Amino acid sequence: MIELENITKVYKAGQTEVPALRGISCRIESGEMVSIIGPSGSGKSTIMNIIGCLDKPTSGKYRLDGIEIDKLNDNQLAEIRNKKIGFVFQSFNLLPRVTSLANVELPLIYSGVSNRRQKALQVLEAVGLGHRVTHKPSELAGGEQQRVAIARALVNNPSLILADEPTGNLDTKTSQEIMLIFKKLNEQGMTIVLVTHEPDIAAHTQRTIKLRDGQIEVSVRRGSW
Amino acid sequence: MKLWDCFSTALQALLRNKLRSILTMLGILIGVAAVISVLSLGSAQAAIVEESFATLGANLIYVTPPELGISGVGAQTTLTLEDAQAIARHATFVDMVAPSVQTYAQVVAGGESLSNMIVAGVTPEAEAVDNYVVAQGSFITESDYRAKSRVAVLGSEVAKTLFGEMDAIGQSIRIGGRQFQVIGVLESRGAVFGLEDMRVYVPLSTFYTTLAASQAGSRGNSVNTISVRAKSSDVLEPARQEIIDILRNLHNLREGEGNDFRVISVASVAEQLTQVLGIIQYILAGIAGISLLVGGIGIMNIMLVSVTERIREIGLRKAVGAKRRDILVQFLIEAATLSLCGGAVGVGLGWIIVKIMSAIATNAGFPFTATLPIYAIALAAGVSIFIGLISGLYPAVRAARLDPIESLRHE
Repeated sequence: MIELENITKVYKAGQTEVPALRGISCRIESGEMVSIIGPSGSGKSTIMNIIGCLDKPTSGKYRLDGIEIDKLNDNQLAEIRNKKIGFVFQSFNLLPRVTSLANVELPLIYSGVSNRRQKALQVLEAVGLGHRVTHKPSELAGGEQQRVAIARALVNNPSLILADEPTGNLDTKTSQEIMLIFKKLNEQGMTIVLVTHEPDIAAHTQRTIKLRDGQIEVSVRRGSW
Repeated sequence: MKLWDCFSTALQALLRNKLRSILTMLGILIGVAAVISVLSLGSAQAAIVEESFATLGANLIYVTPPELGISGVGAQTTLTLEDAQAIARHATFVDMVAPSVQTYAQVVAGGESLSNMIVAGVTPEAEAVDNYVVAQGSFITESDYRAKSRVAVLGSEVAKTLFGEMDAIGQSIRIGGRQFQVIGVLESRGAVFGLEDMRVYVPLSTFYTTLAASQAGSRGNSVNTISVRAKSSDVLEPARQEIIDILRNLHNLREGEGNDFRVISVASVAEQLTQVLGIIQYILAGIAGISLLVGGIGIMNIMLVSVTERIREIGLRKAVGAKRRDILVQFLIEAATLSLCGGAVGVGLGWIIVKIMSAIATNAGFPFTATLPIYAIALAAGVSIFIGLISGLYPAVRAARLDPIESLRHE
């Protein structure tokens, strides 16, 4: 359901052009859990932004669930982000002065949905934080904050979860807990794309796409899934 | 994004930093309070002017010497009793005529002595034409006039000063060294022409025989002022013209020679005064309005700071699906809410100021009713929202245009 055809991305840094992606082509099927790994500057953040509809490629085609993303305008992209994609960031990116419940409700405000409170409570329960809904992020541990972020990503029932170094700010034990949540979600059918530079995190996924210098170096499948 | 959510989000953001919100509102608050005060005072002023001139009478025309104003005393006058009689006889648009002559004299009574008091010689018609309202006793009558009686009518302040609480009627009074009897006391004439409360009135005929010697010389029976009542307020201009024609004839003025008198209608003076006061009021309101401009700049400044502070938040909102329009509206509403709150409190403050000023003025003898014209409130509300939207526009557009990726990377 994610189809990338010869995606390139070129940034202009003053007078010089910086090619961040030099022709990425791949398919990610519905229900897959894929990790994208690579050293600094390999283009993994760039490809993540493109898959997440936060950025448009310089050339190439991107189809998400059959929709040609490169043909959409800004407002349409915003709608896709709202309804089809759930983001999880390394630094959580929660609204700091607002409760967990309000944080999770945020995407629902922009989708114009009624019954927000109930839906938000449901997903918070699902990630095991039903008892922390009125807490503000400053009152939560790192792992709990990330779980709130995951709940927020899930609340609008997306097709795809995009996680950018989700365990980067967490200790080993908490990282394992978070990865377990992702695996559980994947078992329930959620497509998950994870960007990381840590091989042990990547080892949790079915397939790992290795990037180097803006191109796919290799795509590795793991057995026994 | 639903409208209610916009307001809710904006309000939450403002409440989060109460001190900052209050300080930002101050500019608009003070501006609106100032404008409201000025406009309220202006309308009260207009009311006072109207009321005071109403006391004088709307159909009134004054004929005076060229140089002086309405209470002309002692200067060169070319007007005479004959002029007054001619006007009364020949002017068709004129109802009644009341000539008067004034001088300064010493007034002594009941142990009190007042120097340099204005003493006016008047005719019985003056009661009607000049609208003198008698509080006690009576005004100068036909028989007083014909008999050249030595009787006097006192202004309210004179009576109070000379006789205090005692009944002045029937009392003896020395004017310019001559003995007179008080036959009447007038009601107070109000604040604008309050000088009149300090005057003493005697019959014109008596004046010529007793006090005229101290008059600066002219021909025979000179008068300082001729009060003329037109038949109605519609014929003020034709009446005025008639008077001018009659007098020019009597004074033998040739074509091209200027008038050696002035003919002023009270109504036009009132109009001019109202106009001038109106202009002053709008200028003051305009100056007060400048503080509104400053308030708007304050809002724009704080909104820009707010946007910068919340760059990551904006990036996040966009990442979860906020469109540019959603962000734009969010910040516009924040700015407009700040402004509107400031305006609302400003109206309240303005109202309090007006009430205080009206209490002070009333105590000082200038009674005025504090009114808060509805149009001023609507104006304040409208202007507040307008300023909020305009000031917030630039910051809101900047926020809406932020790139989500860059924003999420921001500190």
